Amino acid sequence: MIRLDNVSKVYARGARPALDDISVEIERGDFVFLVGSSGSGKSTFLKLILREERPTSGDVHVAGRHLNRLSSWRVPLLRREIGAVFQDFRLLPNKTVFDNVAFALQVIGKKRHHIQSMVPETLELVGLAGKEKRFPHELSGGEQQRVAIARAVVNHPPILLCDEPTGNLDPGTSIGIMRLLDRINRTGTTVLMATHDDEIVDQMRKRVIELKGGQMIRDQDRGVYGVEQS
Amino acid sequence: MRLRFIFGEVFSGLRRNGTMALSVVLVTFVSLTFVGAAALTQMQVDKLKGDWYDKVEVSVFLCPDNSPKIQCSSGRATPEQEDAIRAVLDDGSVAPLIQKVQYESREEMFANLRARDASNQFGSLTADQMQASFRVKLTDPTQFEVVADKVRGMNGVETVQDQREIFKGLFSLLNAATLVAAGLAAVMLLAAVLLITTTIRLSALSRRRETNIMRMVGASRGLIQLPFMLEGAVAATLGAVMAAAGLWLSVRYLVEDWLNQSVTFVDYVGAADVLVVAPWLLVVAVGLAVVASLATLGRYTRA
Repeated sequence: MIRLDNVSKVYARGARPALDDISVEIERGDFVFLVGSSGSGKSTFLKLILREERPTSGDVHVAGRHLNRLSSWRVPLLRREIGAVFQDFRLLPNKTVFDNVAFALQVIGKKRHHIQSMVPETLELVGLAGKEKRFPHELSGGEQQRVAIARAVVNHPPILLCDEPTGNLDPGTSIGIMRLLDRINRTGTTVLMATHDDEIVDQMRKRVIELKGGQMIRDQDRGVYGVEQS
Repeated sequence: MRLRFIFGEVFSGLRRNGTMALSVVLVTFVSLTFVGAAALTQMQVDKLKGDWYDKVEVSVFLCPDNSPKIQCSSGRATPEQEDAIRAVLDDGSVAPLIQKVQYESREEMFANLRARDASNQFGSLTADQMQASFRVKLTDPTQFEVVADKVRGMNGVETVQDQREIFKGLFSLLNAATLVAAGLAAVMLLAAVLLITTTIRLSALSRRRETNIMRMVGASRGLIQLPFMLEGAVAATLGAVMAAAGLWLSVRYLVEDWLNQSVTFVDYVGAADVLVVAPWLLVVAVGLAVVASLATLGRYTRA
């Protein structure tokens, strides 16, 4: 589903590479944690997959597309195959819960009847049934993140990228969010989640990829957050 | 769905940036008014030329009794000299350029003068003091020199006069007016482009949140940019409509109703001519908006 072959990314000529010769493959239906401290290259990793950045060298394949050779007008088609969730939710404050989720479908030209059926279904999935008419500021942080997740998955993308989705949430709420992501993963969606949250990683026991200074220092099935490197 | 979405975005954008949108409307209004005024002045010039050049003639004045010119040294033009001149005009190489030749004798000229001189200003003049002439109507008034060269200097010809000379001053005045209007129009159009650019930029910045989400969920670049382009285009079009309306009103009430009554010998441009200019104003307005958006949007809504 996602494959990086010897990928390096250097932002400024001569600077230390943000990613250094990374090769990794993530299969369809995997649930993968991407861990590492700030500046370890997690964000660059996600940006390469979204094709917000291009690799300096190496090849990136996502959802059957070779991103090195993807023309810029096809980038939107790639992004329709990837849902994205962020630490800061990124909701539109002047739109209701329903409209925030519907927005993602409107702007890719979905028909109205399609939107009318998919949005409530997705809100039900994320546990927000009955809150369609609320505005984001009327919701708790956890609920807002559920709206953002609903927006990311409403078009049933095969891949869900999460960048610190629990970074702004308390531990109890985070567990709820993780259960939701797990449920989405069980429907066949590949989930890649960048996080700092060791408790969650330890609890979930999923595959863990650890980056440090741009290098991949660990790729472990059913891993935990903090294995000291010997 | 998509259309509704786009128009919803356009109008919320215009509402949010109300004062900027209004200034775009006003600047395009003023600039396109100048563009339209320049076009109408030029149409007026063409109209006058077509109108008056139809009436103007080349006058070949024949020697009167006491002319100081060499070719008149033998005194008043003789019938033989007149026949020779007529032969050149009728059968010479310039004949194809000539539509009509009319001889005006001194008596006829005198009669014409009397007919026009209602207040009897020239009552003391006599037919003897008049000057006979050939009134030559050209098929193409601009070919004056070719014809004039043929007869100028012939015995019995005192002077050859191109009546177009009389209008030259007026036309150069009108042409200067066109230039001034066009110059102002150019400056104002530049101001309009810059203002539209700034407006679109502000609008794009204030809606970054939306456009970022749109990029993230895979909206096409066209869909992301179109609302901004349309926003500029709608404001500019509104300005163009106002300019067309302003020009129409001024032509309808100032030229047709007022100038037409007070200075009657001229055929003026009419409100119908404004309707010819108006579509072009719209084209210019939309063109401006598109150019300005293309110059701006690439940077603010990158894919």
